[in-house]
Amino acid sequence: MPDQPTPRDAVVVGGNRIPFGRANGAYAAASNQAMLTAALDGLVARFGLAGERMGEVAAGAVLKHSRDFNLTREAVLGSALDPTTPAYDLQQACGTGLETVIQVANKITLGQIEAGIAGGVDSASDAPIAVGEGLRKALLKAGAAKTPLDRVKALAGIRPGDLAPETPRNAEVRTGLSMGEHQARTAKEWGITREAQDELAAASHHNLAAAWDAGFFDDLATGFLRLSRDEGLRPDTSVEKLATLSPVFGKGEGATMTAGNSTPLSDGAATVLLSSREWAQERHLPVLARFVDAEVAAVDYVSGDEGLLMAPAYAVPRLLARQGMSLQDFDHYEIHEAFASTVLATLAAWESEEFARDRLGLDAPLGSIDRSRLNVHGSSLAAGHPFAATGGRIVATLAKLLHEKGPGSRGLVSICAAGGQGVVAILEGC
Amino acid sequence: MADLVQLLTSNPLARQLGVPQPTRLRRGRDLPTGPVVVGAAGGAPTLVRRTLDVLGVAADDALVDTPQTRVTETTDEGRTRQVPAPYPGAVGAVLVDATAATAIEDLEALRGVLRPALRALEASGRVVVVGVEPETAGGPVAVAVQQALEGVVRSVGKELRKGATANLVRVDLLTDAPTTATDLASTLSFLLEGRSAYVSGQVLHVGHADEARVREITSQRPFEGQVVVVTGAGRGIGASIAETFARDGAMVVAVDVPAGGEGLSQVANRIGGTALQLDITAAGAGQRIAGHVAQRFGDAARIHTIVHNAGITRDRLLVNTDEERWGSVLEVNLAAQVRINEVLLDPDLPGGLDDGGRIVGVASTSGIAGNRGQANYAASKAGVIGLVRAMGADERLGARGITVNAVAPGFIETEMTAKIPVATREIGRRINSLQQGGRPVDVAETIAWFAQPASAAVTGRVLRVCGQSQLGA
Repeated sequence: MPDQPTPRDAVVVGGNRIPFGRANGAYAAASNQAMLTAALDGLVARFGLAGERMGEVAAGAVLKHSRDFNLTREAVLGSALDPTTPAYDLQQACGTGLETVIQVANKITLGQIEAGIAGGVDSASDAPIAVGEGLRKALLKAGAAKTPLDRVKALAGIRPGDLAPETPRNAEVRTGLSMGEHQARTAKEWGITREAQDELAAASHHNLAAAWDAGFFDDLATGFLRLSRDEGLRPDTSVEKLATLSPVFGKGEGATMTAGNSTPLSDGAATVLLSSREWAQERHLPVLARFVDAEVAAVDYVSGDEGLLMAPAYAVPRLLARQGMSLQDFDHYEIHEAFASTVLATLAAWESEEFARDRLGLDAPLGSIDRSRLNVHGSSLAAGHPFAATGGRIVATLAKLLHEKGPGSRGLVSICAAGGQGVVAILEGC
Repeated sequence: MADLVQLLTSNPLARQLGVPQPTRLRRGRDLPTGPVVVGAAGGAPTLVRRTLDVLGVAADDALVDTPQTRVTETTDEGRTRQVPAPYPGAVGAVLVDATAATAIEDLEALRGVLRPALRALEASGRVVVVGVEPETAGGPVAVAVQQALEGVVRSVGKELRKGATANLVRVDLLTDAPTTATDLASTLSFLLEGRSAYVSGQVLHVGHADEARVREITSQRPFEGQVVVVTGAGRGIGASIAETFARDGAMVVAVDVPAGGEGLSQVANRIGGTALQLDITAAGAGQRIAGHVAQRFGDAARIHTIVHNAGITRDRLLVNTDEERWGSVLEVNLAAQVRINEVLLDPDLPGGLDDGGRIVGVASTSGIAGNRGQANYAASKAGVIGLVRAMGADERLGARGITVNAVAPGFIETEMTAKIPVATREIGRRINSLQQGGRPVDVAETIAWFAQPASAAVTGRVLRVCGQSQLGA
């Protein structure tokens, strides 16, 4: 049997994203491919990788045109990278970006590649619109028809109602409920208050604005189509202003979720450069953080047994147990703000004795976190959330934070995803 | 709108109506097609001949016009007249060594060399006169004669057509650190080649440097393996500067504000450099540049050249200018580079400016002539001129072999000048001896000449790249 490679460290060298746009805003006319290519080219320029062949580029999009079946490879071919760089698409809803990081890191750890780029892109503006199911079936039948008469018969079967297009909906296939409706149930269940949600949202905007002002994103983002900051960022928002908004998810008196404490639909792309330590050192490239470990969990939200976006509450304890760490062992927590209440419900679950006992089978809850270490430079509520791009944004941001903190510092990433899934990971500063 | 004006002025009808047509200038590393001829005004052309030997450029003796050597020519109308004996074909360049010119009669020798050569000069041909710094020339007459050379060259520049240029080079011969042929080589090479396409009617100065510092004289890639930092590299002239240095072998660090990142990454990727997004006015900008260099090229790496190209305009008449509009221009165009230089000149800073390094600023003809509505901009650009003169005279920098110079571009065709109102723009294009706007590469080539290791003897100087614009001349 040939020698097995010894597992080794995969490290984050850096990242690049384009500023995130609001749906139908600055990037209204930009395709996923154009945005992903721009994000890749900015990364290539930052690290002087023009003409280099990478081990692979892994990326994906949640809302994807059927013609974009090879989206990432096409973006690579349009970028300054060596065209012999292989690429593939991956999709795990909002977990896509982080899942690509896990994939690329694992291949580096196993010695299958030396360096790779992970990432994701999404456009809520340039979303695919498909023909209705009736029309699609009729067209397929007509295409398969052997005689002209059969073809006519097939097409004659089309009814006016079949002509309505199918637009993508932010709804769960199995429940028909939007993500917001699902989360409204969870928020209610955990008793998450409107005030707490608005406070988290205001902090996200203020922290992100301060980070842009301080130049934190100078080496994490590259302007695109005249956008040089996140379009949805509201530096001057406040708890008071947010309190004036009417709830949009949930019903009646207990409704707490507004457009202000929920992420807006967004457009954008993000990438992360990962490599072996040797590869980075040979090229005099920075080593920001080590990829430590990751875990993915899923919950049965269809039966109503668990909330749609609560899977990270299960993934994190499993990951901590495997690594022999406690929830308090981290210098930074990056919890994706799908909704302010998602973050707060997840934190509440970790603090709950019942949840620990009944759901996690643990003697004691994970406990609370130092909230001053949470999303210190803002998160999705302020930056926006182009679904597949969020993982790349968070990993690059966290890696830089940990590098600034110093060697041995630790960071936890937690991202909830449609379909009742949760992708979480640990990074360690270098 | 630009295209409409071009159409009106450059179509065949306009040509027939006598609208002056711009010549396509010879650019790049090409030497003149015709022969290079050499003459002297007072004494023998020793320095020029030696310099051409260093460059490996062959040259013929120039013909000299005297009453005795003239020939009879019959005009189309059948009349006859006495003309200088003609060259057998077109002349590519005429070089006149006037370093020994001390008497007024020596100027007649200059005329004698120039007259036949100008009659035969090819398109984009070159006239180069080499003299000494007048104040070192000796007595009042010698000083007057050396000063007279400038009047001749500036007038000839205005007389030349078809993209030909005329320039004067002043050297030190009568001081204790005389200019050598190796000192002069990079400048003569620049003037002969297409790189100096848009430089005309100017006075260039070459001093003396330790022979060990004057390197890569004939190299096509004089910056091979050297780190060159260019600010404002995301577009326009800055992008062209980055491309020119990369062509000549440099590892380019392309710097621009984060908002200009899209263009910056395209430039960096095209030239195989690295992009550094940075607000040059931010605290710690110099440290971040040095940090980037030390990180990307190793702890021992140092910067060979920094080009302070980033600049902004906030035009408004002074009567309408507030402190913000005033200050922001001075901050970006002048104060930022002062601070960055201070940081990079620390000899112990990893990633700082190397001994034998270069600082090149970008001034402007507005900084020399002033411009209505640009008091803030002119202040900053004139400030750059003062800065390089002071730093060029700084003996501590001299001891380290660091030179400091600046270009002063005239009307250059860029996105920025394309936004100038059409009439003003057309005037800007036309009121110069080459009767056209320059290209970003013309500025870039001049900066690269200042930065060449072979240009060690050129410091504290400002060279206009303006096609001999009449503004401030």
